[in-house]
Order: sequence, then C-alpha cells, then structure tokens
Amino acid sequence: MSAVTDRPAAAQSLRPAPAAPSKPKERRVRAAFWPSAVLLIGAIYCFVPVFWLFAAATKTPGELFTTFTLLPSFNGGFEANLQRLFAFNDGEFFRWSANSLIYAGGGALLSTLVSAAAGYGLAKYEFKGKAFVFNFLLIGVLIPGVILAVPQYLLLSEVGIAGTMWSVLLPSMISPFSIYLARIYATAVVSDELLEAGRLDGAGEFRIFRSVALAPMVPGLITIFLLQFVGIWNNFLLPYIMLSRQELYPLTLGFNAMMNQGTDQPNVYNLVIMGCLLAIVPLVLLFLFLQRYWRLDLVSGSVKG
Amino acid sequence: MTTASAPTRRSLRPRVAPWLFVAPALLLAAGLLAAPILYTLWLSVRGRAVTGGGLGVVSETFVGFDNYLRVLGDTALYAGFGRLLLYAAIAVPGTMLLALLFALLLDNPSTRLGRLSRITIFVPYAVPGVIAALMWGFLYLPGVSPFLAITDALGLARPDLMGPDSIFFAVANVSIWGAVGFNMVILYTSLRGLPQELYDAARLDGCSELQLALRIKLPLIVPGLVFTGLFSIIGALQVFSEPNTLMTLTNAIGSDWVPMMLVYRNAFITNDLYGASAMAIVITAVTVIASLVLLKVLQKRAFGANG
Repeated sequence: MSAVTDRPAAAQSLRPAPAAPSKPKERRVRAAFWPSAVLLIGAIYCFVPVFWLFAAATKTPGELFTTFTLLPSFNGGFEANLQRLFAFNDGEFFRWSANSLIYAGGGALLSTLVSAAAGYGLAKYEFKGKAFVFNFLLIGVLIPGVILAVPQYLLLSEVGIAGTMWSVLLPSMISPFSIYLARIYATAVVSDELLEAGRLDGAGEFRIFRSVALAPMVPGLITIFLLQFVGIWNNFLLPYIMLSRQELYPLTLGFNAMMNQGTDQPNVYNLVIMGCLLAIVPLVLLFLFLQRYWRLDLVSGSVKG
Repeated sequence: MTTASAPTRRSLRPRVAPWLFVAPALLLAAGLLAAPILYTLWLSVRGRAVTGGGLGVVSETFVGFDNYLRVLGDTALYAGFGRLLLYAAIAVPGTMLLALLFALLLDNPSTRLGRLSRITIFVPYAVPGVIAALMWGFLYLPGVSPFLAITDALGLARPDLMGPDSIFFAVANVSIWGAVGFNMVILYTSLRGLPQELYDAARLDGCSELQLALRIKLPLIVPGLVFTGLFSIIGALQVFSEPNTLMTLTNAIGSDWVPMMLVYRNAFITNDLYGASAMAIVITAVTVIASLVLLKVLQKRAFGANG
C-alpha cells in the first residue's frame, strides 16, 4: 500500500454512497497553520544533523572548527575530503563499504529465509511443542546484544570462526523479531484452502510452501529484509567484538578505527565526516525507492492481507 | 498393517514438516542465543585460582556464588541502573509522545507538506547509532555547536550541553532523534488502517479535528502504541553504542555509565570475564523479568486473541 492514499473529505459523506465503492476524489480540506508548522519543526529537528554532516563535509580541515558550522564552504574542501577518503590506506573505504554490503545484504537475505520458513511453520501447522518453540525463539528479543555478543565470541572462537566474516553473518541470521513478523504475516495472507488443495493434489509440504505460500508473503518478506538490512548495516557492537582484522571491518567499525588513530592524522575528522555522509546516502536512497513495498502495518499489528 | 486411509491423513496433518520449517531457526537460536547464555551462566560460577607457591599456575575453578556476591556488592552497578532508568525516563516518553504527535498531525487532513515531513522525520532511522552519536556529539561540542553559536550571538550564558545533568538529555536526544521516525510511521500506518467512515460521522456531529484525534483515533491505535512502547522500553534498557560513542567527546560519561558499558569494560578492558558474566546474568535477569511483566500487563490489550 502506498503511504498516502486518497482521503474522503468531510463534505463527501453528505452525498449518498455510490453503489459500487468507486474511489472518492480527493478534496483538500483548507490548510491549517499550526499542524503543518509543528510537523515542519519536527522535520527540521530531524534534518539539522544530516545537514550539518553535509556542511561539515564541504570544509577543509582548517575551516571545520573556525567557520559557522551550518554554513557549507565552497573552497574545494568537499573534493579534497573525498579524494583523501578514497585514498585513505589504499582505498580501505571501498573495502569497508563492500564488507558492509556483504554483511547487511547477505545477513538480511539469509535471515529473511530462515524467518520465512519458521514463521510459516508456526503459522500454518499445529504441532506439539509449538508454543514452546515460539516462546523459545521470541525470548531472544529481550536479551541485550552486548550480553550475547561476548559469549557468542567465545563460543565462535572455540569453533574457530571468530574473526571471520561468518562470525558476523551467523549471529545476524537469527532475528526473533523477524520470525514474529513472518508468523503474523503468514497467518494473515496464506490461505488454508489453497494449502489443503495442494495437499489433496499430492504435493509435498516444501513444494506447497514454495509454490503456494511464498508468493503472497513477498511484501511482508521485503519489509523483514529491509528491517534486518538496516539493523545489520547499523550494528556496531557485533562486528566490534567479533572482528580484529581491519580488512574485514564494516563501515561503522572503520570510522571508529579512524577516529581512534586521530592524534597523528589531524584531518581525520574531515575524513570521518565525509565517510559518514557517504555511508548514510545509500540507505536513505534505498528507503526512498523501496517505500512502496513497505508493509509496516505488519509491525503495528493491523495486517489485513 | 496400516490402513488405506492412514497415508492420506498423515499428508493432511503433517507431523515432520513443521519441524523442518522451524529447524533452521531453532538450530540458530540454540547455538547463538541459548548456548551463549548457558555459557555465560557457566562462566559466572567459575573463577581464577592460583595454585602452587611462588609464580604459581593460574587455573579455572568452581567458585559458586562468589562472583555474584562481588557483583551485587558493586555500587557501580546500582549507579549504572539508576542512570539507565533516568535515561529511559526521558528517552521512552520523549520518543513515544513525539512519534504520536507527528503521526496524528500527518493523519490530520488540514496538514500541509505531510509527505516531505514524513520522509524527513524517517531519515534518521537509516543513520547508524554510532554515526548519529558522533553527529550530535559535534553539535553539542563547544566550538562547533551551532546552538552555542546562537546563544553566544544572543548574548546568553552558554549552556553546558554535555554537563553532568544535561548529559541525560544529550544521550536521550540522540536516541529519540533516531527512533521517532520509525515509531511515527508505524503509528501513522495504524491510523491509516482505521475505517474512515468513523471520522465522517464524528465530523457530522460537529467533532473538531483535535477532539477527533484524542477521543476517537487515539483509543483505536492503542495496540500500535503498546507495541511501539514496549519495543522502545526494551531498546532503552539495552542502550550502549550512543553513550559509548559520546564518551570520547565528554567527561560526563564514564566507562561505567550504564550497566551494559560496565559489562563490556569488565569483560574486555579489565579482563574480569567471570565477574562480567555474573553481571551479565544479573542484568539479563532484570531486563527479561521487567520486559515479561510489562508484556503480560499489556498483552491482552495489545494482541487480543492472537496472544
């Protein structure tokens, strides 16, 4: 569902409802000052730090702490910062970006598949121990990430994969919240009659899942993928604890490493600021493009299928 | 011998298939959620012992509840919980009230620029917490802060944006900024799902938009509010990266500011893995019990029959 749909104006209801519910034409209500103003203040509050990031990215190291912070500069600082960031440690920025993409893209994809199967299994089957399975999977939401990450690291080092890409990907694959969402969504959109029909035709359970259940679940799965993608992309703690080799770092960790070597690199702030700007742009674009596929009513618990 | 009808019945009520569907999730949860917690539990009753004289040999032994007694006697833990509660008392209501306000304004037909505002308010969701904390940190920092530049220009006294008291608002603000858009979109989606005919009837009866919002819309989106509220509380209790990042820019945040930072410090910086494990168990128990109680209290209203 697109987020802004037609809204019948107040006057519309005075007319008798047409027999076939044709879409009522949008009639705009008179604009009011205060609601728009308050909402706009909220938008400015959310935009100022992002704008600051942009303005700061345009500044040369000398300007960063001396000129008014919200005023962009046009003295070639932007290009210089960009070049120095790309040149930093032989293009380490690109390596970190690629790593972020692998962790977030791969982790989100795998976790969506795991969640889809589990959500479907919990929604469409009755079996002994189902309540236990669901609670067991869900309780993970309540355990703080810091507390899990430390023993996860210790256990994964026992198995010998701590410090590898898998040490970030594996823990990202299990997402209790995604399983919960997948279950709600499967309950709402997968029709029992179609499943029964498939069984009467003699199709196997997995085949039924793939050819009958999966297609209607796609919008919900896209939402789960996006939520998980952002969650992994923004996660700092897990890779921070798991990884030690700098060439496997995702972006957030890379910036942190840059900040920490700040003393011998006077212009490191400029580089980090530029990097942060470049790191949030793809995510913002992803959201703008994928807006229409969001099914956030899923999250608010009002799925109607 | 099985009867002829048995295979049919089995295929209509599969027994193995559901387990195969939940198996990957169960395996991952067992290996990466349950096992780490059990391992922490194990570590929490272990400790280092030096055997032999002179240089001695360090080995691991069972120490019972020693680590717990030590942790529970640590005043830093209680101070951390106190700061965590204070922070949550600002961050959770702040996020929820702003998200609700913006959602209701978006749903109000006389509001203009709704689409632009909605997207702008949602953008911070895409900004990693570490980056958000760095950005706000710079915005608080004297010398770079535009807010301080404004108070200077107006000739006002400089507020200390990261002082011992204001730091709670400073950290909460970073979290609110990052979370308000997501919660707003969820609540707005709930509002859009309500039957519009309801409003028409109310408007005909002379109900103002404000009354409509408070008396009709608000009670109807209680499930969405409970849901977002619950996740805001759980998120607030787990706060780590925002204060951990701001710590590099101010002295008002110590390395034991919230319990989660204390665990991290003990595990990785002071290398007291056993004490850190005991503390982790205590914090997990407190968090899980608090969340479950909250969930039980709110569950009926939020999820109704679905449980």
